Amino acid sequence: MVAGLRQADVLVSDGRIVQVGSDDGRGGALEAPSGAVVIDAGGCVVLPGLVDLHTHLRQPGDEEAETIESGARAAALGGFTAVVAMPNTNPPLDSASAVRDVQSLARDVPVDVFVAGAITVARAGERLAPMAELARLGVRLFTDDGNGVQSAGMMRRALEYARGLGVVLAQHCEVASLASGGAMHEGEWSARLGLPGIPASAEEVMVARDLLLAREVGARIHLLHLSTSGSVDLVRAAKRLGVAVTAEATPHHVSLTDASAATYDPLFKVNPPLRSKGDVDAVRSGLADGTIDAIATDHAPHRAETKDLPFDQAPPGMIGLETAVGVVLTELADLPLAQVVAMMSTRPAAIAGIGPANGGAHGGPIAAGHAANLCIVDLEATWVVDPSRLASRSANSPYGGRKLTGRVRHTVLHGEAVVIDGEAQR
Amino acid sequence: MTRHLLDIDDLGADGITEVLQVTDSFAEVARRAIPKVPTLRGKTVATLFFEDSTRTRISFETAAKRMSADVLSFAAGSSSLKKGESLRDTIETIEAMGIDAVIIRHPSSGVALQATRWLSDSAVVNAGDGWHAHPTQALLDLYTVRELHDGDDGCFRGLRVVIVGDVRHSRVARSQVAAYVAMGARVTLAAPATLMPPSVEGWGVDATNDLDEVLAEADVVSLLRIQEERGSGAFLPSLREYTAEFGLTADRAHRIRPDAVVLHPGPMVRGVEIASDVADLPNVHVTRQVANGVAVRMAVLFLLLGSGETSRAAGDVPPPPAPTHAGPTTANGGSRGS
Repeated sequence: MVAGLRQADVLVSDGRIVQVGSDDGRGGALEAPSGAVVIDAGGCVVLPGLVDLHTHLRQPGDEEAETIESGARAAALGGFTAVVAMPNTNPPLDSASAVRDVQSLARDVPVDVFVAGAITVARAGERLAPMAELARLGVRLFTDDGNGVQSAGMMRRALEYARGLGVVLAQHCEVASLASGGAMHEGEWSARLGLPGIPASAEEVMVARDLLLAREVGARIHLLHLSTSGSVDLVRAAKRLGVAVTAEATPHHVSLTDASAATYDPLFKVNPPLRSKGDVDAVRSGLADGTIDAIATDHAPHRAETKDLPFDQAPPGMIGLETAVGVVLTELADLPLAQVVAMMSTRPAAIAGIGPANGGAHGGPIAAGHAANLCIVDLEATWVVDPSRLASRSANSPYGGRKLTGRVRHTVLHGEAVVIDGEAQR
Repeated sequence: MTRHLLDIDDLGADGITEVLQVTDSFAEVARRAIPKVPTLRGKTVATLFFEDSTRTRISFETAAKRMSADVLSFAAGSSSLKKGESLRDTIETIEAMGIDAVIIRHPSSGVALQATRWLSDSAVVNAGDGWHAHPTQALLDLYTVRELHDGDDGCFRGLRVVIVGDVRHSRVARSQVAAYVAMGARVTLAAPATLMPPSVEGWGVDATNDLDEVLAEADVVSLLRIQEERGSGAFLPSLREYTAEFGLTADRAHRIRPDAVVLHPGPMVRGVEIASDVADLPNVHVTRQVANGVAVRMAVLFLLLGSGETSRAAGDVPPPPAPTHAGPTTANGGSRGS
């Protein structure tokens, strides 16, 4: 038994947790009411449903790669009960009608989909998107993800405006003029492979700039997919100075390095790129000491025919919803489970404004009265990733053939078992 | 030899030596009245060039034809790629026509390796992929140097090679480094800092931003082209400044050793990398490189496709590598010739 856990039954009714077995020496057992559905969690841990701050669902615009429904199924199978859908769709989510469309398409899928809105119109970095109007539709997080907001003046204005609305800006930190044309991390491997590199500074310059802007403006900022040692140092220092910053890192940036590009297989092409071993270690330390608040998948489906190109021409991105738990439990095996829950559920829910503190239904705790969004994980189960058998419509996982330890067994969304024994129920 | 030739690492020192020795025999074929042997009769070789190139394509096609292979020539400009067919489908389609070897050039690094995953049987010869590798160019450079050292396989040991120019964007430089280092040469890269690769960790070379500091000591000066079409120019204040600092000007030509070998992979831009007068000096072996290119590529195709069939065409096929070489060089002496 993992430290800090206890054995108990959880009774759920009408989407809420009604009772959790008490720690009274009877093993927390509860009597199941007649007619109740009993889900066997023997040998597993019951966690708050996971929350992904960074999911590309591709709908509208690229339904061949993913739909809201297929992405939601992948999320549920991965133990997520909430995902934040990125706005870099086609058309982008920079208008009330586009946001409403996604919200209505997401109504009956097996995960709660929260829409992130664009910061600027068409994510072009030139004019503010109608953030107040989108905030009224429930949008809490704004990002031009895929692009960083290049103009410092525009970003400063966006931070001010967002502060006034009480919403959070999430920055994709990438200075275009530094990253331009790059296909992988700039360093020993890019030099050897003859691939144009993206230097660490492409990320770090924008991290530093935005930390200064957020401090000056007094705004909250969330930094997406941090990947470099320098970025972790900057955020660590900013937090000490009291800057209202949160940050996320992806499972791939703690488990894969730029050496993967030696295969020239575009499955290993992602943005920000897979970095050096030193960067990977720094991101891991950042997660361990809380500098980086959350793990987010940056699930980015691509059709096989768009990915099977020369490395420098293929689009960046990898799928990750169904492998996230396994990769994190396997690669960050030293982290206490409570910290994994904080990084994958509690804190991302708080950042997205969907946790209990905001009257939301995600991020725990598992206690009577709270929403029954749960994820039941077998910490010991080992499995080999077969990308062709994942629920995502795309198969661009870099983990094909990898053996992982830790697998989602059941997922409960508002009291409904949407995944039972690893099978999606709808 | 390996099944494919993707980069110099596929060969190692022994493989490089083998190619150079076999090249001796094919160089002899080129000197015959009718420079043609039936070695690859019945084999079909396709050149797939997704990037403009005249000399490399013609060199490979000449090599294949001199060995009596059938040659199929495919240029991206006239292809179905323009009609939206994917690179993978194009390559697979070509193989379906019954091809034994695919000679591929592509502007993206790694395509030759990717092609080996898309093809089932064909041998793949990398004729240049992006900034990554151009192994036959490096082999013909080494062959030219070795030829000027009377065919001594040991001539590279301790040889001081200076590679000058846009190393960052150069597949030629990457393959040259791998080949010279594998053969025991001491390689120095000389380039403005912006045209150096972001790292030379693990390359086993020295690097300098001051050509004049290393020029006088060089046994081989290997010039690279400033690739204006790849935007090299944006890494420099001007070509004029590049020429002043890194060009093989008449002044610098006076300061190189009299027996130093000057090489250039071509096409040579007179007045930029090399002064026009200097290009015509006897130390400059560009034409010899081109001639040797055909023989080296014959050797490569022979080693990839011809093995096991040498007896069939005995007499016409160059004999397998001769164990001894004529010439007054010592085996390991690193003799520099005269």
